[in-house]
Amino acid sequence: MLNVSSISAGYSGVPALTDVSLHINSGEIVTIVGSNGAGKSTIARTISGLVKPTSGTITFNGERIDQLPPHEIVARGLVHVPEGRHVFSKLTVTENLRLGAYTTDSETEIERRLERVYELFPILKERARQTAGSMSGGQQQMLALGRGLMADPKLLILDEPSLGLMPKLVEELFDAIRAISKTGVTILLIEQRVLEALELCHRGYVLQNGRIVTEGTGAELMDSEMVRKAYLGM
Amino acid sequence: MYLQLTVGGLLLGCVYGLVAMGLSLIYGVMGIVNFAHGAFVMLAMYASFWLNRFLGLDPVLSSPLIALLMFGFGVLMYHAVIGKVLEGPFLARLLVTFGLSIFLINSAQFLWSPDYRMVENPMFRGIIMLGPVFIERPKLVASIGSLIVAGLIYWFVRKTKTGLAIQAISLDRMAASLMGINIERLNGYAFGLGCACAGAAGAFLAEFYYIFPDVGTMFGLVALVAVALGGFGSTEGALIGAILIGIIETVGGFIVGSEFKYALVFLAYLVIVILRPRGLMGWGAD
Ligand SMILES: Nc1ncnc2c1ncn2[C@@H]1O[C@H](COP(=O)(O)OP(=O)(O)OP(=O)(O)O)[C@@H](O)[C@H]1O
Ligand SMILES: [Mg+2]
Repeated sequence: MLNVSSISAGYSGVPALTDVSLHINSGEIVTIVGSNGAGKSTIARTISGLVKPTSGTITFNGERIDQLPPHEIVARGLVHVPEGRHVFSKLTVTENLRLGAYTTDSETEIERRLERVYELFPILKERARQTAGSMSGGQQQMLALGRGLMADPKLLILDEPSLGLMPKLVEELFDAIRAISKTGVTILLIEQRVLEALELCHRGYVLQNGRIVTEGTGAELMDSEMVRKAYLGM
Repeated sequence: MYLQLTVGGLLLGCVYGLVAMGLSLIYGVMGIVNFAHGAFVMLAMYASFWLNRFLGLDPVLSSPLIALLMFGFGVLMYHAVIGKVLEGPFLARLLVTFGLSIFLINSAQFLWSPDYRMVENPMFRGIIMLGPVFIERPKLVASIGSLIVAGLIYWFVRKTKTGLAIQAISLDRMAASLMGINIERLNGYAFGLGCACAGAAGAFLAEFYYIFPDVGTMFGLVALVAVALGGFGSTEGALIGAILIGIIETVGGFIVGSEFKYALVFLAYLVIVILRPRGLMGWGAD
């Protein structure tokens, strides 16, 4: 479904990714783990068009997307929920969710998606008229995720959705991700919580200093000496 | 007497408010101060003047048409000039509208001469008495018209899908682009809307104000002060700031002499900016 083929990318000339290749099959949950500054978010940004790769290609359902602007990539069903939530703090929960469905004009379709998101995160329905900025961090994360779902994604990229959440909420969040995956959405999950992420995913990649160093199924990675030492503290 | 002056300031302030609202909108969405805003008011005044001269259309009646023309002009300007430097260095962003302003003012001088002009036979003239206060009819019409246009723009930004997208860009451009919002296109609309505000205000002003190439400069400056007063990025704040300025200008100008009225306006601005750096209601753009 997604094919990232030896891309390099950086910020004002400073490289952050070198020769990164990965692929995601339809229906999978794929995770990318790595320490701070490894370049995980840069991969997400490059796929969603926020950062342009300096070399390499990205195809989505067979079509090249690496030169498209973000809004055209979203329109193809590839949706990126960025690190740090980035909800529109001065807008209401409903307005945030409606913006998530910006690429569709059908009111019945928007209503249908709203119902689905409210079902997954009932708290968002309760808080519908509240401004996003007035909610707790956990609720804002639910909103960011719900807003991503409003675009009806085929592939959903989640960049550290568990960042700053209480343990109880993290569990809820991972349940939600599992539930989203069951509805047929393909997921690329970027996580610092390596153990939870590897348990949840089908396959995973380990990123170090902008390069992919290992890949494998979740179970394989959990057994790997390198991963256990570097990320699981075992 | 003071009641009289306050009412006069209030009316003037409403027109300032519309100009300031456009400026605030543009700043909030793309983070640039539009120094050409006054020149846009001037262009709209000339457009009203010529429409009146050749088609006999009254400026107040032609205001929707002028606003529409200025919207189109703004969208064009955005894509031809402004958008090109938005990602560029800071100084380029700062100077581009400044350069545009000088270009427009000089073009006006070249094309239409520096002569002062006035619309002949405006539809609204004379005064009406409201209790002890007399009100100049064209100013009343201009202020009501400005409030109506400001209300429409406010409604558009708050309640329509496009308006919501414009708000989203001003709040978080990166997140907005991830929603599928075409930032370039929407920036163009926002710039056009800002110009439409200047345009409608220019049309209302043309009903009773002298028209000359430099006429917009003061309006642009006052709008800038109003926006800073109200807080950059807050459209309501800009409107309130502008009304305050109108009142300070007329009442204060009466007390200290009208040649000092703008000094007073800028003094008020300095005081408020020192006491409240983010303006009366502002939160500032990121
Ligand atoms: N906007 C930016 N401008 C310049 N450099 C950046 C920018 N964003 C990230 N970088 C640099 O690029 C490298 C990769 O950053 P990236 O955010 O992709 O890492 P990450 O793996 O997501 O880290 P984290 O776990 O902290 O989120 C880092 O060295 C970082 O300092
Ligand atoms: Mg990151």
